[in-house]
Amino acid sequence: MGLSVSVKKAVKGFTLDVSWQIGNELAVLFGFSGSGKSLTLQLVAGLMKPDSGVIKANGTIYFDSERNISATPQQRSLGYVFQDLALFPHMTVKQNILFGAKGVPKRETAERYHEMIDAFYINDLEKKRPSEISGGQKQRVAFARALMRRPDVLLLDEPFSALDTPLRIEMRAFLKDLRKTFQVPVVLVTHDAGEAAALADSIIVYSEGSVIQSGPAGDVFNNPADERVGRLLSGQETALRTFCRQNYNESRTA
Amino acid sequence: MDSSVFFSLRLSLQVAIAATVLIVVIGVPIAYLLARKNFPGKELLDIILTLPLVLPPTVTGYYLILAFGRNGVVGRYLYNWFDWSIMFTWYAAVIASFVVALPLMIKTGRAALEGVDRNLVNAAYTLGHSEWETALKVTLPLAKRGLLAGIVLSFARALGEFGATLMLAGNIPGKTDTMPLAIYSLSASGEQEQAAGMVVLLTFVAALFLYLANRYSRRIF
Repeated sequence: MGLSVSVKKAVKGFTLDVSWQIGNELAVLFGFSGSGKSLTLQLVAGLMKPDSGVIKANGTIYFDSERNISATPQQRSLGYVFQDLALFPHMTVKQNILFGAKGVPKRETAERYHEMIDAFYINDLEKKRPSEISGGQKQRVAFARALMRRPDVLLLDEPFSALDTPLRIEMRAFLKDLRKTFQVPVVLVTHDAGEAAALADSIIVYSEGSVIQSGPAGDVFNNPADERVGRLLSGQETALRTFCRQNYNESRTA
Repeated sequence: MDSSVFFSLRLSLQVAIAATVLIVVIGVPIAYLLARKNFPGKELLDIILTLPLVLPPTVTGYYLILAFGRNGVVGRYLYNWFDWSIMFTWYAAVIASFVVALPLMIKTGRAALEGVDRNLVNAAYTLGHSEWETALKVTLPLAKRGLLAGIVLSFARALGEFGATLMLAGNIPGKTDTMPLAIYSLSASGEQEQAAGMVVLLTFVAALFLYLANRYSRRIF
């Protein structure tokens, strides 16, 4: 299980040139805004096309410029949670989640749907519209919708950035549980060092369209490859180191 | 009600409804293409289809004669193959109304469709839905208010069409005299009372449709 990405893409005044791979883990794409993290997710999802490179998930080739392969977003088995969640405002919570069941056999759809609403505690919200539920509830609906098809990889584009701090911390625990329950590789984009430290199994540090360091979270936080990475992580150094030492030790004992 | 008045009213509704059906079937897909796709000549297409909104209807009518007249680009084939010309039939009134009212559908519809959040469309794609399904289940429903406003405005415009209709369909009593044309004839021949009745009726219907359009499209107008 996993995802490997090696792509180049030039957009107005910016060039993305990155190469990384992850296994069945939670990988954080970390870096300042505008470093190409979200663009990478869009390329992985097929919403934009790389200029060149290869993208593979669980052994399936999604994109290969040399072999002229470019799967459409519909053909890729990915769950994508957008920064603004992108819940359909004209559909109820139930309709939103079931909209994610495309291609799921009919008899399995109902079963999976109930599994989801139980797992995400949204039983009472089925008939509500997105505008009638809270921020945290919307998050859970978005995750349930993205997981209905049992995707090979879950892509999260700063899904917690709009939440206030207590809820963000709650959602971090939620995301860890979700990883345990669904055993799906997750790529989380964030520019919040605390979030990266709290959640990451591995970290891929972006700067200006390139990967400047990647590896297990503890290694990256404890031994920044160079001054640039150190600068990215600075400011919250002490808290971060505590966080990641815990995280690192947990991952070693696990 | 006088039978000729009744005829004009019925013909006007018949023409406006037929033109509106054509406008929905052809105009909504065009508005979608203009809102969502990039292709060479896109803005030129928009301009050509919008021109009837700003041209004098007689000019639009003139172009329509060039297209549908017996020697016209299309009309000559109709005449050669079927020995039939669309000129001076109620179909011609439908075509005139269609062309003149289409820009209202396209302009309103394009704005409404462009206003649909791109992320929602992308979300539908990543959830495995084709572009066609996404258009039917996400894009069009979310642009519903704007599209309805476009339909209502187009219908109101089609109902009031005069100039291009006169050029292409003529003003033949009992055959192509829609209400605007009948009003013109009645007024010109001094039958002011009958004209006034139709004027009030047409004004009332137009106002009703503007009210409906406003209700559907507060965000747009």
